[in-house]
Amino acid sequence: MVTTSTTYGSAGPAVGPRSFVAKLRNGDEIARLVTFIFAMTVVLITVLLVYELWVNSALPRHKFGLNFFTTSVWDPIMDEFGALPFIYGTIVTSAVALFIAVPLGIGAAIFLAELAPQRISDTLQFFIDLLAAVPSVIYGVLGVFIVVPLMRTVIYPLINKPLGFLPIFKGPSYGVGFLTAGIVLAIMVIPYIISVSREVLLSVPRDQREAALALGATRWESTWKVVVPFAKTGIMGSIFLALARALGETMAVTMVVGNTPKIAASLFAPGYSIAAVIANEFTEATGPLYTQSLIALGLVLFILTFIINGLARILILVTTQKGSGVTR
Amino acid sequence: MPQSVQERNLMKRLTGLLFAALALAAMVWAADSLLINGAGATFPNPIYTKWFSEYHNKNPKIEFNYQSVGSGAGIKQVTDGTVDFGATDGPMNDEQLKAYQDKHGFGILHFPTVLGAVVPTYNLPGVTAVLNFTPDALAGIYLGKITKWNDPAIAAANKGVNLPANDIVVIHRSDGSGTTYCFTDYLSKVSAEWNSKVKKGTSVNWPAGLGGKGNEGVTGLIKQTPNSIGYVELIYAAQNNIPYGAVKNASGAFVKADLKGVSEAAAGVAKDMPADFRVSITNAPGKGAYPISTFTWLLIPQKISDSAKRDSIKGFLKWMLADGQNYTEQLEYAKLPKEVVAKESKAINTVQ
Repeated sequence: MVTTSTTYGSAGPAVGPRSFVAKLRNGDEIARLVTFIFAMTVVLITVLLVYELWVNSALPRHKFGLNFFTTSVWDPIMDEFGALPFIYGTIVTSAVALFIAVPLGIGAAIFLAELAPQRISDTLQFFIDLLAAVPSVIYGVLGVFIVVPLMRTVIYPLINKPLGFLPIFKGPSYGVGFLTAGIVLAIMVIPYIISVSREVLLSVPRDQREAALALGATRWESTWKVVVPFAKTGIMGSIFLALARALGETMAVTMVVGNTPKIAASLFAPGYSIAAVIANEFTEATGPLYTQSLIALGLVLFILTFIINGLARILILVTTQKGSGVTR
Repeated sequence: MPQSVQERNLMKRLTGLLFAALALAAMVWAADSLLINGAGATFPNPIYTKWFSEYHNKNPKIEFNYQSVGSGAGIKQVTDGTVDFGATDGPMNDEQLKAYQDKHGFGILHFPTVLGAVVPTYNLPGVTAVLNFTPDALAGIYLGKITKWNDPAIAAANKGVNLPANDIVVIHRSDGSGTTYCFTDYLSKVSAEWNSKVKKGTSVNWPAGLGGKGNEGVTGLIKQTPNSIGYVELIYAAQNNIPYGAVKNASGAFVKADLKGVSEAAAGVAKDMPADFRVSITNAPGKGAYPISTFTWLLIPQKISDSAKRDSIKGFLKWMLADGQNYTEQLEYAKLPKEVVAKESKAINTVQ
């Protein structure tokens, strides 16, 4: 962004063959200036957002310091606030969601892009786009009325009986909890993964497939060993898009997660997420420390997203460099 | 499009006329209409909406704009001075009153408007009878100490009901709300342990249970979860035909909540009503009084500098105490007792 601004400043009449006035008249400079301003608003909004979150969370920062991240008591009456259970819940529900959605989504995308007849692929894509546009509260309702009873009566006995000795599957199930929220989130983010991954797979050049087939590869070998690695960066992108949505999802999560600020190893236990507690408590938050602690949670969510995005970029860099020999 | 000169002139004149009319309308509207802004509690929103629209019909020049953003936000906004009045389900505490006084140089008054109640509701497969809850049972369940449905504390008050030996699934509100305030206010009055451990508030640190968002979230969880117990507003339970239990009141009788029992709880306290109307009517005396009842309040600044606004707000308050009360029961709110109305009528005159 900064370099853009300096080149703009130096792009005077002396640089090109055309004078500044001529550029202005032909619209080049105007277009450049206008689009530059538009691009800068994105930066401005991000900076303002962080600034507001930072300034309005001064009280808990001074009172709790780093303890805010490590304590797990959330007591508005005694003015004690700790973010740990919410951070834990946000990460666990998102991780469960990705664990389910990534194989399903990428598998479906490979089928649609590589194996399915064109007509079926296009028809299914229409439904997938439709799913991506469904508001999250609808998924929440779906969760409450279908996933929650299913969890209690079918999924829980199915998993708990053989695997109940594992800490992550121990304890009773109320229907709501980390696993339920993760499943609902998975259903929500699968369309994103399919849609973007399919698009990326389709954009792999035809030569690549033909070259693989010419070398004697089977259809599947060409897909799995050539096309998918070629599209790896794009597929990763779709996963991180899905993760971003899962981390920040509010409505659907709060309806099925149980809204209990506790850290439990069991996926059947009820929990809470950052976005859900802000939505639940912000309107009735009385007292400055309470309100500001909720804003501080917003900042934590922002930082969490930032860290995960950073890790994602590093991951993409590493994998594409040592990867299959196919780099962009 | 080819247009004759005459046509163009006509268009110009028509446009001019239209603008003139619009400008005139805007001027008339601006001069005659008075907009009064308020924000706060969600629980009385249906009756407030009804009142403000009825009052506007009678006084077309006065318009109320009420945002049901929650009691906490209502207190904050009226303290910041961004709205003309606030509304809350739990009275402002001394600290909040002081903050208001410090900021404005004058105080803020509480005016009770209607009454509501909170009822215990449950899902016990096989049990059709209306369950009786003692204060100890409710406090024990929500403290996480009573964990089975056939616990003696519950069974003793429900002779003849075959209570299962299942674990109780405790459900509470996850969003901050006046309903939670009323319920925890009651629990902290009847249980010393609750009062020292958890206390009362719109959101508390629950010792046990799951959270549901809103009355509908709590109801949804209860319907989905066998052996569960929760609490919802009486209005919500009545409008949605949700069965609920009876609660033992201060004089020892089990009362199933209805508008009469709620009004009686208010009447029991009305005689000793403090001058600032900040009073809790949970666990009120009186044979038929329903113990988990509450007032809901409008928050009116003691001094309103704009005389037109002041007169309109005072006019509305007087109307609300008289004619306004007749709209309450069709919307399932309990009326204010006569004693409270008389006291409030006097208090209106202190708004300057």
